[in-house]
Amino acid sequence: MSEADTRETPVEVREIAWHSREFPEAAKDLLEQTQMRRNVRHATNVIQNKRNKVAGELPDWEELREAGSEVRAHVLRHLDYYLTEFEKNCTAAGGHVHWASDAAEANRIILGLIQKHQAKEVIKIKTMTSEEIGLNANLAHHGIRATETDLAELIIQMGKDRPSHFVVPALHKNRQQIRAMFQREMNLPELGTEPVDLATAARNYLREKFLKVKVAVSGANFLIADTGGVCLVESEGNGRMCLTLPDVLISIVGIEKVIPSFRDLEILLQTLPRSATGERMNPYNSTWCGVHAGDGPKEFHVVLLDNGRSPILADDEASQTLKCIRCAACLNVCPVYHQTGGHAYESVYAGPIGAILTPQLQTMEKGRSLPYASSLCGACYEVCPVKINIPEVLIHLRGKVVRQDQATLGGKLSLWNIGMQSAAFLFSDAQRLEMAERVGRVGQKVFVSKNGFIESLPLMLSGWTQTRDLKAMPEQSFREWWAKEKAPKQGKGSHA
Amino acid sequence: MRVSLFITCYNDALFPETGKAVVKVLERLGHAIEFRPEQTCCGQMHWNTGYLREAVPIIRHFVKVYQDAETVVVPSSSCVAMMRDHYLKAAEMDGDAKLAADVEALLPRIYEFSEFLVRKLGIEDVGAVYPHRVTYHASCHSMRSLHLGDIPIRLLKQVRGLSLEPVQDVQECCGFGGTFAIKNADVSSAMLADKVRNVLNTGAEVCTAVDNSCLMHIYGSLHRQRTFVKTAHLAEILASSGDEAAATSGAGA
Repeated sequence: MSEADTRETPVEVREIAWHSREFPEAAKDLLEQTQMRRNVRHATNVIQNKRNKVAGELPDWEELREAGSEVRAHVLRHLDYYLTEFEKNCTAAGGHVHWASDAAEANRIILGLIQKHQAKEVIKIKTMTSEEIGLNANLAHHGIRATETDLAELIIQMGKDRPSHFVVPALHKNRQQIRAMFQREMNLPELGTEPVDLATAARNYLREKFLKVKVAVSGANFLIADTGGVCLVESEGNGRMCLTLPDVLISIVGIEKVIPSFRDLEILLQTLPRSATGERMNPYNSTWCGVHAGDGPKEFHVVLLDNGRSPILADDEASQTLKCIRCAACLNVCPVYHQTGGHAYESVYAGPIGAILTPQLQTMEKGRSLPYASSLCGACYEVCPVKINIPEVLIHLRGKVVRQDQATLGGKLSLWNIGMQSAAFLFSDAQRLEMAERVGRVGQKVFVSKNGFIESLPLMLSGWTQTRDLKAMPEQSFREWWAKEKAPKQGKGSHA
Repeated sequence: MRVSLFITCYNDALFPETGKAVVKVLERLGHAIEFRPEQTCCGQMHWNTGYLREAVPIIRHFVKVYQDAETVVVPSSSCVAMMRDHYLKAAEMDGDAKLAADVEALLPRIYEFSEFLVRKLGIEDVGAVYPHRVTYHASCHSMRSLHLGDIPIRLLKQVRGLSLEPVQDVQECCGFGGTFAIKNADVSSAMLADKVRNVLNTGAEVCTAVDNSCLMHIYGSLHRQRTFVKTAHLAEILASSGDEAAATSGAGA
């Protein structure tokens, strides 16, 4: 038995947002981590190229995106119906369905089920919902050890690290870093650097768990309403082990993950693997329905997790956020994510989808800087397999942040608010704007260098000049030129 | 055709040469240009920064100024994207059905400059001469909102003397993003560093685009580093007859 086997999982209570820091501040630190940035850039490039290739080979890719979008939007409009359908059919097949309104309730339910079976250890398939509710830390607190069986999650767990990507959670680590950690944590000083060496080490470590541990915890990709079935896709086969070997299986799933029928997988199982890992199909696709004597777990539980999702449904502008099928294609294509990696978001859900999901799950109390962590370039929307218009939702959430700020005295008197209010006043009338341009031309002289460029600006505008020069405003605006040169020749100088 | 020019607020104040170039090209093609001095701004900066309510009067003003225009041409893809992607939503948010109807009536008559030349007029060769090595920066809005595709490239390929140098990672944002460049100055600068490195690797003397906002950003770094690589709005290249003294007169010179 290796040393790592008896090591206690550290107790650490997590939230969706770990923030103590705002995105720009956290990003500043991450930008300094050159090795991490290189790992992220390399990994996202590889996945993105694969994704572009396999998405491009489908002649009806755009139609599939549209169809996927419609299925998911339809479900969200009738979520109450499909969830109760799922509950009815899952129960009829021998499953048990539990409803958890928040993270605390989900933790209580899962803990209760594990304790009922007097289990001291559980094995897990990679699940973001368990990350969202801080399951591992809570189990550890009650003396139950949770072992991640997905290779990347195992790497994160062993390294006491946090996922930086919700499909490939350890993409910020490279092979050498992982080898060093395995050598240390698994007590394998002779371990090689080849992928097969690392995979073998993990396999040996995990095989023992699969055969011994009696309770498994999973997430799910889809809940199938018309059959009561659950669908989970994965690449390593660890999931298949967890789904079939233990006596008890507990799946914790966000309420939005339901789809109407088995047929709908025809669409989503084409778009999800292509978008997520650039594969035509996942190596392991499991769907199961309740329990069957002599085949698989004897007891099966689904915990339906709300945890802030219902209020999102009520927001017409933002409810499309819940269409997400967690492929992470938006992370792989995002130029901001490329620079910072996932940890800068200080959230379970990183990247563009995290920037809209986290603040909503947190009722905008935390993560207020996240909607601004985007240049609105639109690359995320372009690749999203269910067509979530992420830039549109980002702007909507920025609107909420601004409203919240304006409700406080400090916010009202902030430089941003005063600046934007003044600009709005000037932009609503051409004479005011023209006057402002004239004032600007005189006012800028304090800042203009001899070479005709502004190289340093004060306050918030210093963000621009820290790396960029700005050409001074020319002496004559276009409108002044027109009034002088063109308008006289046209008679009136304006339209009729 | 009577073409009404919406110069946009930042072109008006910072890049008047771009406006003059648009006028020159369109007049050369035989169109009458009008400039409505009541014009101000499209409202994009407020909208994208989350000042949604504050953007509505600006949008309403724009629609009022142009609602009887035959055709509106705009030398900025992000401003046109603002109109197409958000104006209707803004009107609905404000509960102004009249504004929404006016927006719907006006939008089909609004064109980005290069889009107007190729899609509306069906012209790719505007008779320009520009003997320089040029690389084209595809702005995010021109690609993903307006779906201009290769329209600007087709126009550039017809320019006499111009050699076009493709830039690596053309689809990647330059990091401007309006107030993003200030609010997330470090990330924005890191994105810009990648973009500028790719621009410099082309060996081009001039970087062009259909948006002066991106060019202002890219040139901000090119100038800070004293690379002596210039930027020029596409309209300025298309207006050029080859006998100009300087390579550019707009964003970068």
